[in-house]
Amino acid sequence: MRYGLLAAVLLSAMILGGCDGGVLDPKGPIALAERQILINATGIMLAIVIPVIIATLGVAFWFRASNERARYRPDFVYSGRVEMLIWSIPLMTVLLTGTVAWIAAYDLDPPKPIASSTRPIKVQAISLDWKWLFIYPELGVASVNHLTIPVGTPVSFELTSSGVMNSFFVPQLAGQIYTMAGMVTRLNLRADYAGTYRGLSANFSGDGFADMHFNVDAMPPERFAQWIASTRSAGPVLDSKGYTDLAKPSAAVPPFTYHSVAPGLFDSIRMSSMQSDDALCQGYPTSMKAEK
Amino acid sequence: MNVAVEMNAVRQGESLDISEAGPAPKRIIAGFGFWIFLLSDIVMFSALFASYAVLAKASAGGLTTVQLFDQRNVAMETALLLLSSYSCGMMSLAINSRRYLATFLGAVVTFLLGAAFLKLELREFQGMIALGAAPERSAFLSAFFTLVGSHGLHVTVGLAWLVLMIVQLSLRGFQDVVVRRLHCFSLFWHALDIIWVLIFTVVYLMGVLP
Amino acid sequence: MTLLGKLDWSAVPLDQPIIMGTVGGMVVAIVSILSWVTLKGYVPYLWREWITSVDHKRIGVMYIVLALVMLLRGFADGIMMRTQQAVAAGGAQGYLPPEHFDQIFSAHGTIMIFFVAMPLVIGLMNFAVPLQLGVRDVAFPTMNSISFWLTASGVLLTNVSLAVGEFAKTGWFAYPPLSELQFSPGVGVDYYLWSLQLSGIGTLLSGVNFVTTILKMRAPGMSYMRMPVFCWTALASNLLIVAAFPVLTALFAMLLLDRYLGFHFFTVDAGGNAMMYVNLFWVWGHPEVYILVLPAFGIFSEVAATFSGKSLFGYRSMVLATMTICVLSYTVWLHHFFTMGASASVNAFFGITSMIIGVPTGVKVFNWLFTMYGGRVRFTVPVLWTIGFMMSFVFGGLTGVLLALPAVDWQVHNSVFLVAHFHHVIIPGVLFGCMAGYNYWFPKAFGFRLDERWGKAAFWCWFIGFHLAFMPLYVTGLMGMPRRLQHYDVLAWQPWLLVAEVGALVILTGIICQIVQIVVSIRHREQLRDTTGDPWNGRTLEWSTASPPPAWNFAVLPRVHELDAFWAHKQRVLAKQRLPVRQHAYQPIEVPKNSPVGFATAFFAVVSGFALIWHIWWMAGFGVLGAAATLLAFMFRTKDEVEIPADQVDLFDRAHPVEVSL
Repeated sequence: MRYGLLAAVLLSAMILGGCDGGVLDPKGPIALAERQILINATGIMLAIVIPVIIATLGVAFWFRASNERARYRPDFVYSGRVEMLIWSIPLMTVLLTGTVAWIAAYDLDPPKPIASSTRPIKVQAISLDWKWLFIYPELGVASVNHLTIPVGTPVSFELTSSGVMNSFFVPQLAGQIYTMAGMVTRLNLRADYAGTYRGLSANFSGDGFADMHFNVDAMPPERFAQWIASTRSAGPVLDSKGYTDLAKPSAAVPPFTYHSVAPGLFDSIRMSSMQSDDALCQGYPTSMKAEK
Repeated sequence: MNVAVEMNAVRQGESLDISEAGPAPKRIIAGFGFWIFLLSDIVMFSALFASYAVLAKASAGGLTTVQLFDQRNVAMETALLLLSSYSCGMMSLAINSRRYLATFLGAVVTFLLGAAFLKLELREFQGMIALGAAPERSAFLSAFFTLVGSHGLHVTVGLAWLVLMIVQLSLRGFQDVVVRRLHCFSLFWHALDIIWVLIFTVVYLMGVLP
Repeated sequence: MTLLGKLDWSAVPLDQPIIMGTVGGMVVAIVSILSWVTLKGYVPYLWREWITSVDHKRIGVMYIVLALVMLLRGFADGIMMRTQQAVAAGGAQGYLPPEHFDQIFSAHGTIMIFFVAMPLVIGLMNFAVPLQLGVRDVAFPTMNSISFWLTASGVLLTNVSLAVGEFAKTGWFAYPPLSELQFSPGVGVDYYLWSLQLSGIGTLLSGVNFVTTILKMRAPGMSYMRMPVFCWTALASNLLIVAAFPVLTALFAMLLLDRYLGFHFFTVDAGGNAMMYVNLFWVWGHPEVYILVLPAFGIFSEVAATFSGKSLFGYRSMVLATMTICVLSYTVWLHHFFTMGASASVNAFFGITSMIIGVPTGVKVFNWLFTMYGGRVRFTVPVLWTIGFMMSFVFGGLTGVLLALPAVDWQVHNSVFLVAHFHHVIIPGVLFGCMAGYNYWFPKAFGFRLDERWGKAAFWCWFIGFHLAFMPLYVTGLMGMPRRLQHYDVLAWQPWLLVAEVGALVILTGIICQIVQIVVSIRHREQLRDTTGDPWNGRTLEWSTASPPPAWNFAVLPRVHELDAFWAHKQRVLAKQRLPVRQHAYQPIEVPKNSPVGFATAFFAVVSGFALIWHIWWMAGFGVLGAAATLLAFMFRTKDEVEIPADQVDLFDRAHPVEVSL
């Protein structure tokens, strides 16, 4: 009864959550695939969980001490057949979900480029205290606390941090990835529909953390080109001095853009807190090792 | 009345397996407990080893393993520590046959060898710091000083313990509790040797590999 | 000024009314309790019977009292967070500024894990394990007292941070670089590190103690496969403590070296590697989950068997499952950071191992189910907690498997979905288990049962409140809400967070019911008295002695011939239709002598810890020397035990006959 209620709550949650720009309302291929796995795995698990809950209640109720009709079997403490069954049910479930996990971990690996006929655009994302800096290295512009991307074009991110660890996350487009000083992580995503999506830092990073969110504007390629053109025409320059000013801790910074970016800035940010030659990658992910 | 009384009476005379023999004597319990503690200590060292392995190449532009390590010094340190383990073993034999003089002698030799080891280690540390290779210089040096220093700290504690045991032995003689503690000490001392052998291999030998 | 290091009056947050109010309340409460105790002349009694006691039962009770008091503090933090998030929507900033809110969620996590769940579990193990094993104490009774008092020193330091200085603002796992001096220059992280170092050493010693006790001290005849399941889970849990806590000690030592001496383990510069902290933290952290939950599983097993009037179904299977979990818990740590950019094969490997650990856990659930099957289930308070656990826990397991899927984890990691998940396993798993154990063993500890009606009311409030408080978090998590938000601008989250707030209030009602339960039970203790020593028709040896048991537990060590030794004995008595005849001549019994070493060590530990936090070096030296001197004095103590004369044992046994109903 309580669980019927619970299921109803969850169901309505799914619907409500679905309407409201979360994980269940994907707008790109990566987030869509991730939602599918979430739903499939939930389905597989519910097939076990719901019967177990019902059986627990049923058994406890039927074998209550006051029930005269229930047969008391104090010697029923071992049964090879039952043992076989109760080890194999969870084992088979895990076999099933494990296969899903394995395939998905490769298919949706964040550094893996998205197959597409359009050439991906590159974005370098840097988490600062407490704002996001997005550099478009091929286009020579940058923006703070606001990300603009063209619809239908894969976006390939390189991410790092100026100091504290954060997590770059746009729930409707792709899963999150950490940003760490002196390291580069990679993420690929694509928006298939125009719109404004919420992006955020998911990993607590200090007092200004609550305001570390930003909007992602996915717009048709023509409008994106217009945006680039207008961005290039105005705004400050992002060079190493501009970066030093920006890097000072501040929270809830209104979005703004830079009309040009000093080349190689991302690498110098990464190098400034450079850790070592390759020590850090010993036994560590190849995706990061490739960056060194 | 205690039900155990009755339970005790049931089926007497059945022979007991070792796992059914009831609580072990104190000597066994103390030794076993100390073994478990030593295992936990080794786990702690394994965390330090792991961090050293991760950071060994992170010299941040400072001096590296090849430039810093002096194999002759390390060989001497190793020899001293292994010898002290030998004398510690001799001490254990002397304890088992309850010979005072030999026990004292074993303890004193172990102490001297351990102290000489520490002296060499401190000299090595001082030399490195004089070259500008202090632990604050790089992650590699932080990990090096922490790992090797933790072992050195254990040796220091061991030496202090040994002094206390010499005092207790002269005050109380071969009482059960003194013998138990002496045996725990020798377990401790041999465990430190094992850790040193690993340090010797992982830090010093692998550090000078081309 | 240098005499007191960094400490001065600015450390006391006089301008913060919420903190000062709390501190004032706590000070008043402590002072009034202390003066009441002094005026009533209870100090010598407390010193003799509790503070210096090395009796495992007393120490167990003190652990549990400590944990329940800290549960109030941790819950207060929790409800403050829920209230903040219920109101701080849109442009509103709520009533807690970020620097305060950040301390609260860090303190909530730290306290709940280290100072509520750990002492509850260790306290119950302390109380029950030696009794179940049929022995007179743990392997190292004085060390047991040191363990307890070191845990208490950690608790004390954490609470001092409320009044003097601040607590960590880094979350309960204090990831660097945020927890490094560069980003957290205050004393908060130092409070966190030193209190956990102290209590961690206490826990480690406890682990050594219990592993030795269980492996080397069991009643004659109790082979491994005759041990009660709770002892098996305690063994697994303590093996995990011995193998996991040293990693935490080493890890915190490294962070302390970074902060105090400028080392570079985890700094952003000079080659430090923060990812190493994250790895090592969870190498400890995941086994820690099983350190907490395995003994709780043991309690559920005991409760299910006792109140179904049956042996546990599939005992061997249960033991195998427990030990499998014990080993596998070391192979899953990376699932705490699938989002750190490891390669696909690493993620897939750890995803699958994390699911595999669900297999033995699932087996356990089925075994409890089959234990009730064919039984006569008495719906007492412990049984309610057990059934509540079984129903909720499978759902927590479901969301756990979701989080073990790397592709799903990327979407819900660090969100309140994750928060909901781990509360969903820890509250029904650990807390419900400890509540079942608390109600189950209370009559053994104090000689009277707890009131059933208030106990049931408390259960229902907790059960309903828990679901109301955490189910909405799954929803907002899927809506993209990260954890640890001091305020937010997505108004769609707010209705759900308001529901969660209501849930927290229902839990509060549950806690009040528990306080009432204990008051009512003490008042009606004569009606609730357990004269037989066996109020539940128990199966294991703790029920074969008086309630409360004497200091020596058993006048004669019981001889064990099978699993569920006491139950089998009662069956034999019933078959013979005669009560056991007293035929044994009692021997004098040696029990460990009381010792102030634990208390004194902890006192000096608190002094050193506080001094180190505030850089008062002379005082730190004094504390360390004091602790060393205490241990030295203990080493030169000549007498470890006192003898209880045989006629005293005889007298006690005459006064406390164990009745087996014929």
